[in-house]
Amino acid sequence: MSLATFLIQLLNSVQYGFLLFLVASGLTLVFGIMGIINLAHGAFYMFGAYVVWWLFGYTESLTLSILLGVPLIMILGFAIERLAIARLYHRDHLYQVLLTYGLILVLNECQKIFWGSDFYSVPVPELLSGSIPLTENQVYPVYRVFISVVCMLLAAGMYVLIQKTRLGMTIRAGASNREMVQALGININWVFAIVFSLGAALAGFAGMIGAPISSVYPGMGDQILIISFVVVVIGGIGSIKGAFIGAMLIGLADTFGKVLVPDFASMAVYATMVVILIWRPQGLFGQPVH
Amino acid sequence: MNNEQKKGFSRRTLIKGAAAAGGLAVASSFVPYRFAIGAQAKVKVGILLPYSGTYAMLGNSITDAMKLRIAAAGDMLGGRPVEYVAIDSQMSVPKAPQNTSKLVDKDSVDFVVGPVHSGIAAAMAKIIGKRDQPIMIVPNAGSNAVTGPLCSENIFRTSFSNWQPAYPGGTLMAKEGHKTCITIAWKYGAGRQMMDAGAEAFTKAGGKVIKDIEVPFPDVEFQAFLSEIASLKPDAVFAFFSGGGAIKFLKDYAAAGLKSIPLYGPGFLTEGVAKAAGAAAEGVRTTLHYSADLDNPSNHAFRAAYEKATGKGANVFAVQGYDAGSLIVQAMAKVKGDTGATADLIKAMENANFIDSPRGPWKMSAAHNPIQNIYLREVRNGAQKYLGIAAKALEDPAAGCKMA
Repeated sequence: MSLATFLIQLLNSVQYGFLLFLVASGLTLVFGIMGIINLAHGAFYMFGAYVVWWLFGYTESLTLSILLGVPLIMILGFAIERLAIARLYHRDHLYQVLLTYGLILVLNECQKIFWGSDFYSVPVPELLSGSIPLTENQVYPVYRVFISVVCMLLAAGMYVLIQKTRLGMTIRAGASNREMVQALGININWVFAIVFSLGAALAGFAGMIGAPISSVYPGMGDQILIISFVVVVIGGIGSIKGAFIGAMLIGLADTFGKVLVPDFASMAVYATMVVILIWRPQGLFGQPVH
Repeated sequence: MNNEQKKGFSRRTLIKGAAAAGGLAVASSFVPYRFAIGAQAKVKVGILLPYSGTYAMLGNSITDAMKLRIAAAGDMLGGRPVEYVAIDSQMSVPKAPQNTSKLVDKDSVDFVVGPVHSGIAAAMAKIIGKRDQPIMIVPNAGSNAVTGPLCSENIFRTSFSNWQPAYPGGTLMAKEGHKTCITIAWKYGAGRQMMDAGAEAFTKAGGKVIKDIEVPFPDVEFQAFLSEIASLKPDAVFAFFSGGGAIKFLKDYAAAGLKSIPLYGPGFLTEGVAKAAGAAAEGVRTTLHYSADLDNPSNHAFRAAYEKATGKGANVFAVQGYDAGSLIVQAMAKVKGDTGATADLIKAMENANFIDSPRGPWKMSAAHNPIQNIYLREVRNGAQKYLGIAAKALEDPAAGCKMA
């Protein structure tokens, strides 16, 4: 591998890492911080993509469609949290697994009823449709760079929200001891409802902003679900920094796995996870479990 | 429900009734189907296709078109009304044996139409091929094995073998002056078989495959591979993906600036996705046993009827479903609805006439796979443009089939 090729593959890895963090960001909040096992994360992602495609049909602007679409997914997440998930906080995790698995089936069926089972695509906005030359015969689309920038802002925003603000402090406190926070006079139910809908909105947002490069099709959420969990678990439960680093590591493992050991490419990601978890069972930045 | 009714339906009568019904069921299973004709027993057509997930569009297209063809025959098969029993395959290979035996043993269907996925096809063929009934009709899955080593008297295919649409693509690349190529496909049965067929033809015509890239299925992150293609600089790329993966591959390929390296592939690469892929699919040349713009009266009639019934444009999957319906209608008319006459039914299916198929005339090979034309198409303005015949009346080699 020449240096130029190596650098290009490194760029691909980092870019894929950003993409992974983007799709996993919602799960970082809901699963990582709040400890709710949300298998419907992928379904929210898919719903985001479909909603933006559907709105694009009316608005013909990606920005406008995203601005209108994110609140819709947020409302959906809020309703689901209030009507279903809120009833299970005091129960075993297994109930959340069953409930959110059921949600996947329901949301997939809704998608089929609303939008059918065809493939759709959303065009890249005119302003970002250019490309940057890399080598004599390869270029890099500006839109992918744009996604990376959005992702960096998102990561920074989430970090500040969770680590530095009062709301973040309440969320972290609530995740570790619900009753105590409630006893201090904070309406923890609302905090959880808000964070869950925020997580759903982030998943939907990832689907929306990714729609121009990934296209929109049934079952697209299933593919990102597992990799999102891998990212959160590698990074360590409860750590946004961890999820970010985890996403980058998976990006590297996946890209270089594909290039260097093509026969085992599909295993590279999971092998990385196994090694990291053997070394640090709590994940890279997770708190040790006592 | 009032009290009197409740009283009238005691536990005793329930048990009696159940026993009687059980007895009847046992008795009826000894009555051959031949005797049921007089009573207009329904012909049961079992369907095992995906109705959810990425390939739901394929399952729906096939089902709609098959029902359209049977409805055109008055919803009667050889004088008997038809009943459909459909199961969503969910594209799950582990569930395939269970789903198949549900149709075959529990519902005792006369025909099984399915599946889309090659892995499921192999699982189904292993179960059904060992029995006399029902008759299995494959309306998509291209696994070479189904009409190869797993071929059987009661297994027919109205679609293609993976070898068929891919082989002429390899020849075409060489004919258009390309000396080297890279093959890229998902690492699963269909992808492997298509790449092998394309590479076989390309090598035979003097070309050289400089790299074979296998993408983990169903991964759609192609960036690393595209960089590899760019650095190896082949004359052409031969690719197979389908559905959402195909759209993403076409878009990523174009976005990486690789359009200077011509892209070829079996027609599924652009089938049903050309519009969604937009400019990225323009100019991609593929080979397939159908092209939407084929200029023959049956194709025009079929497309109009399909659009009227479903509100959508017909694709190759619909054509395959339509011909599956046609196969059942013709054979059942020949045996006058007698599904018990298995040997006659199979003979009628082997000799079925597909002169008026929307894809152009074809007939069954000895291995029960279509002998059909493969067309050369190019994407222009988001639609397939028919450019000519890439291979005339192409027959699958059916390696390993004892009937061929």
